[in-house]
Amino acid sequence: MSADALLEVRDLVMHFPVRGGVLNRVQRRVHAVNGVSFDVRRGEVLGVVGESGCGKSTLGKCLIRLLSPTAGSIRYEGTDLAALGHGDLMPFRKKMQMVFQDPYSSLNPRMTVREAVREVALFHGVVSRDAADAYVSELIQKVGLRADAADKFPHEFSGGQRQRIGIARALACKPDLLVADEPVSALDVSIQAQVLNLLMDLKDELGLTVVFVSHDLKVIEHFCDRVLVMYLGNVVEELDCERLHADARHPYTRALLGANPINDPADRRPLTVLEGDVPSPFTLPPGCAFAGRCPVVEPRCRAQRPPLELKTCGHAVACLLEPGA
Amino acid sequence: MSATRTKAVLEVRHLTTGFKTDRGVVTAVDDVSFDLYPGETLGVVGESGCGKTVTSKSIMRLLPEHLTIYGPASEVRFEGENLAFASEERMRRVRGDKVAMIFQEPMTSLNPVFTVGWQLDEALRYHTDLDARGRRQRAIEMLRLVEIPEPERRVDEYPHQLSGGMRQRVMIAMALCCEPDVLIADEPTTALDVTIQAQILQLMANLKERLSTAIMLITHDLGVVAQVCDRVLVMYAGRVIESGTVAEIFHAPRHPYTRALLDSIPKSGARAHKKRLPTIPGIVPSLFELPAGCRFQDRCAYKERRCVDAEPGLEGALGGRQVRCHFPLDGGAA
Ligand SMILES: Nc1ncnc2c1ncn2[C@@H]1O[C@H](COP(=O)(O)OP(=O)(O)O)[C@@H](O)[C@H]1O
Ligand SMILES: Nc1ncnc2c1ncn2[C@@H]1O[C@H](COP(=O)(O)OP(=O)(O)O)[C@@H](O)[C@H]1O
Ligand SMILES: [Mg+2]
Ligand SMILES: [Mg+2]
Repeated sequence: MSADALLEVRDLVMHFPVRGGVLNRVQRRVHAVNGVSFDVRRGEVLGVVGESGCGKSTLGKCLIRLLSPTAGSIRYEGTDLAALGHGDLMPFRKKMQMVFQDPYSSLNPRMTVREAVREVALFHGVVSRDAADAYVSELIQKVGLRADAADKFPHEFSGGQRQRIGIARALACKPDLLVADEPVSALDVSIQAQVLNLLMDLKDELGLTVVFVSHDLKVIEHFCDRVLVMYLGNVVEELDCERLHADARHPYTRALLGANPINDPADRRPLTVLEGDVPSPFTLPPGCAFAGRCPVVEPRCRAQRPPLELKTCGHAVACLLEPGA
Repeated sequence: MSATRTKAVLEVRHLTTGFKTDRGVVTAVDDVSFDLYPGETLGVVGESGCGKTVTSKSIMRLLPEHLTIYGPASEVRFEGENLAFASEERMRRVRGDKVAMIFQEPMTSLNPVFTVGWQLDEALRYHTDLDARGRRQRAIEMLRLVEIPEPERRVDEYPHQLSGGMRQRVMIAMALCCEPDVLIADEPTTALDVTIQAQILQLMANLKERLSTAIMLITHDLGVVAQVCDRVLVMYAGRVIESGTVAEIFHAPRHPYTRALLDSIPKSGARAHKKRLPTIPGIVPSLFELPAGCRFQDRCAYKERRCVDAEPGLEGALGGRQVRCHFPLDGGAA
């Protein structure tokens, strides 16, 4: 166990049974997360990137036990959350909170901002009833909303402001870990920049650890310390964001980088186009999940699933074609 | 610029679109003019609510007629003919023949109760004189062209049986079926992964290459604009506030809004890593509360007295470099 790990995730698996037929039996399983291992270090921002359906949200929900994983362990300061039942989880709930892409759907339309934030703070007992109002007002200002926002309803706010409400609510119980699932994906770049700056400030001020899920490599690269690149429920590469462009080695990571349009008309290049479709999550191929779309695939890739191997310090790649450390 | 300045295929002049609401009439698009040339891609950018979709739907006349008021000076000329006040029957003929449109949400233009093949067939029946067998052949070819796997099988499937990316490609196939002179693409890749986005942008580039189709590409992804557009129109609160070539807009923006929008994009590289991003404070003003002067004044770092007193006009020649600002930036590198 590394000393600075807040979360140690090992061989995490999440399969969703799909029921059907007259007897409502489990007919098949969605292999959403297929055995991933990594650490979330205290105080870092860990990015998770990959195409839609690759299991990012499922992974995020497993981390904070909104879902019960099918197998594997999630150690939080030594305690395996995956093994805990509902009651034993309670003390951990307030340590870990989630921010969603669409805060609107997670906010009760009939509750004012004040009520929504206070509810969380009181439920987790981080503040007394008497002190709650002052606490909520402070938090509302901290996320950059005006004081008079407290008594308004969610529909009275713009998308960016709603995301601030979602963040205030998540922070109300003073968590250590924030899992932010596509928190800026629905926002215009101008507003996205406001929310990213806010998250950066709050992270520094409150000493948060953040798992930041996004399908947007530009945002991940800017905002995160390290990134996990996911493909069909697997982590295919793990590396420092500062070295993403220079060092990415997995053909999938390279393809993602190559498909991302660069913001400079003087630097035009053909965007990387991947042939083929993502395999079905119901039946995983025996070898590398990316083999069907990989531009450098070899026959052995279809026979053997490549493990995620450390190549150099802090850089792990799951590809048979990559030489070891 | 790749477009040879022959003759514009689409000329929009003084396009003004208002909506009747229960709080009175709001003007969502205000005196917008531009030309679109064969073989060029014109990017239209701006934050949500700036009037990009209303502009494109006004051109196609796809807005609810009973709620929409077009300014009397509005002109939408296709090959010389003004369609701004043309009959619905005439518009039906134009849509999908001269002009095709792709939307962000493919389900709004695909009919859920008919198969993909049926919908392609309808377009082909209207625009070609192929017989039934010929049309089916053409439909399958089009699906193959947009890289739908197993087109012979997919042609008989319903929209809901396809993934989001595939539906988007079917809609593009429908748009392409009629080999339009003009393609209006409104956020065609916004909800899609970059990998699918790359495929769709490539299809559009092929179309432009093969048929000299003029493309109006509405997007809020400035990276996409940088990579595929020839010229750019920047909109703010219903107004065109800047236009120019893609190089001019990205390398020498003159409106503070354009500059701020470009600055707020996360940059790659160590120098920008984990640094605070420049932001544009506040949000786009509501159409009900537009200020008297410049519409960007409340968010502008360079606001002066004059900006509050009078709205600046759009300076510069149509089709060239235009900017709507009392104190335009000198256009230094961003
Ligand atoms: N509750 C669920 N039941 C069944 N399948 C699910 C459920 N949640 C997610 N999935 C499936 O799991 C896979 C991963 O989904 P998700 O984690 O949402 O991916 P991402 O967030 O990367 O887009 C997808 O195939 C998705 O359809
Ligand atoms: N039917 C309508 N009635 C009233 N206002 C509308 C209607 N349709 C669009 N609007 C308004 O017009 C403005 C421009 O919208 P839109 O063109 O969709 O923006 P964009 O596509 O740039 O995000 C917005 O303020 C929107 O609320
Ligand atoms: Mg998700
Ligand atoms: Mg729009």
